Amino acid sequence: MHFRRRIVDKISGFWMVTTMVTILLMPVIIGVGLYIKAQPLFEHNSVWDLISSSDWSPSKGKFGFWPFIAGSLYVTIFSFLFAAPICLFAAIHLTQFSSKRLVQIMYPVIDVLAGLPSVIYGVWGILVIVPLVSNFLAPIFNTSSSGYSIFAGGIVLSVMCIPYMLNMLIEVFNTVPVGLKEAALSLGATQWESVKHVVIRKSYPGIISAFGLGIAKAFGETIAVMMVVGNSVMSSHNPFDAGYPLPALIANNYGEMMSIPMYDSALMFAALLLLVIILAINLVFRYFIHKTQKQ
Amino acid sequence: MSVENLDTINWNMPETDTIASESSPIVRINELNVHVKDHHILKNINLEIPKNQITVLLGASGCGKTTLLKCMNRLTDLYKELKVTGNIFIEEDDILNTSTNIPTIRQKMGLLSQRPYPLPVSIYKNVAYGIKLKGIRVKNLIDYSVEKNLKEVGLWDEVKNRLNSPATSLSIGQQQRLCLARGLAVKPRIILADEPTSALDPISSKIIENQFKVLKKHYTIILVTHVLRQAVRLADNVVFMHDGRIIEQGKPDELFKNPQTEELKNYLVEGN
Repeated sequence: MHFRRRIVDKISGFWMVTTMVTILLMPVIIGVGLYIKAQPLFEHNSVWDLISSSDWSPSKGKFGFWPFIAGSLYVTIFSFLFAAPICLFAAIHLTQFSSKRLVQIMYPVIDVLAGLPSVIYGVWGILVIVPLVSNFLAPIFNTSSSGYSIFAGGIVLSVMCIPYMLNMLIEVFNTVPVGLKEAALSLGATQWESVKHVVIRKSYPGIISAFGLGIAKAFGETIAVMMVVGNSVMSSHNPFDAGYPLPALIANNYGEMMSIPMYDSALMFAALLLLVIILAINLVFRYFIHKTQKQ
Repeated sequence: MSVENLDTINWNMPETDTIASESSPIVRINELNVHVKDHHILKNINLEIPKNQITVLLGASGCGKTTLLKCMNRLTDLYKELKVTGNIFIEEDDILNTSTNIPTIRQKMGLLSQRPYPLPVSIYKNVAYGIKLKGIRVKNLIDYSVEKNLKEVGLWDEVKNRLNSPATSLSIGQQQRLCLARGLAVKPRIILADEPTSALDPISSKIIENQFKVLKKHYTIILVTHVLRQAVRLADNVVFMHDGRIIEQGKPDELFKNPQTEELKNYLVEGN
């Protein structure tokens, strides 16, 4: 082979490996960096105490992260419960039943929604969802609420996640071969039966993957949630009460409270927790995907 | 009810040979036209397909063979941009202008695609799927039918010990025979086969072709192919299509020895 072609081949190979290794190392570097910065906190508290305690008094040196972890989980679960069925059925309709004209209208709308800055969703949440929760939804459940609540955070977050999950689900359903659907129809299935028994079944790994990525994205979302969730350190199980998710804790306090000893480390630990939980969510969903694919 | 007697059951569908006499056509197509916007895909198709024979739709890629096949079980309904006009009579039912529900029409016609599409379930459930859709829930009946149809396509001995394995674990040739068994299980009148051997190796292709020769005793087979030799091997009747039209039709010996049109002459020259 010509010398120059061999050199170009080597350089391009080296370049591709380098970029791939960089991407692989990124979460490790971030994780190690956060761990080092959070380490002073571990000298006085065990990790279990930190994540299981609800006592949050930074000025007294008490850093219980449970209200923040619970707040994050709560908001994420609510947003998933709102967004998942909407995305699933919308994606099924768009890929299996809609006319091409409707699809052509819907795609740009989804793209616009996906591209909106999260602060716009936050403002919309304050103007529409917070009053809706306060004046309408909370009274239905015989409770009072300022509207700034886990529930409001869940709704706003679900609307933010819908375009993201919907796009992935559309991609997933579009990969199911038409021949498979035709096979079910030719055996006497109705349109819905062919979707239920074949399209959805064939797409299980993709659906799980889309949901997993959606949840991971929801868990880490900050600005919009912070604007409507109330940011109050409480351990209430009432979704109409305020909450304080981990990302909001970091965004609200980083750079503000550094005069308090250990606060810096506590916020780094919060970031580390966020990283680990998102990693765990991804691993759990990967396991389900693997299991489904094997079946 | 004993399993031995199950074969005599009429599953809401009379046996093929009680419907019409051997000479009468099972499919009659009158003035069938298919358009996509300004594009005229099928042009004034008039065709009669005799019962219990293999009718081969022959022609170059893109001439409208598959579209014609999909009109016969109304899979064209899936493509909203297609405009289908005319009449297709399956026995006495005009399936394009009918109040009969479409799934029932489709169950009269087993479909075998270019490549096998096993449902994403086990081997057993693939064959049982259509039976269950017909409302049959008795496990003995379903078991019996699964075994009978897998035997009919010569697959039973190969899969009887792994019926609960995913259908995708089978080889492509086995998958295609499974799809055939799955189609036969709903007791169709007609088998629509759209280039069913195009994705298969020669040995698997031969098995499928041999199955067709056996199955034509009980079923009418409409086979789409562009492979001339396959048409020669299998056809009782040949319908030659070109550019959305039926150009010539007849017995293979007459048609291939004495082509009347330039289109068929050219096709035979290229095909050979």
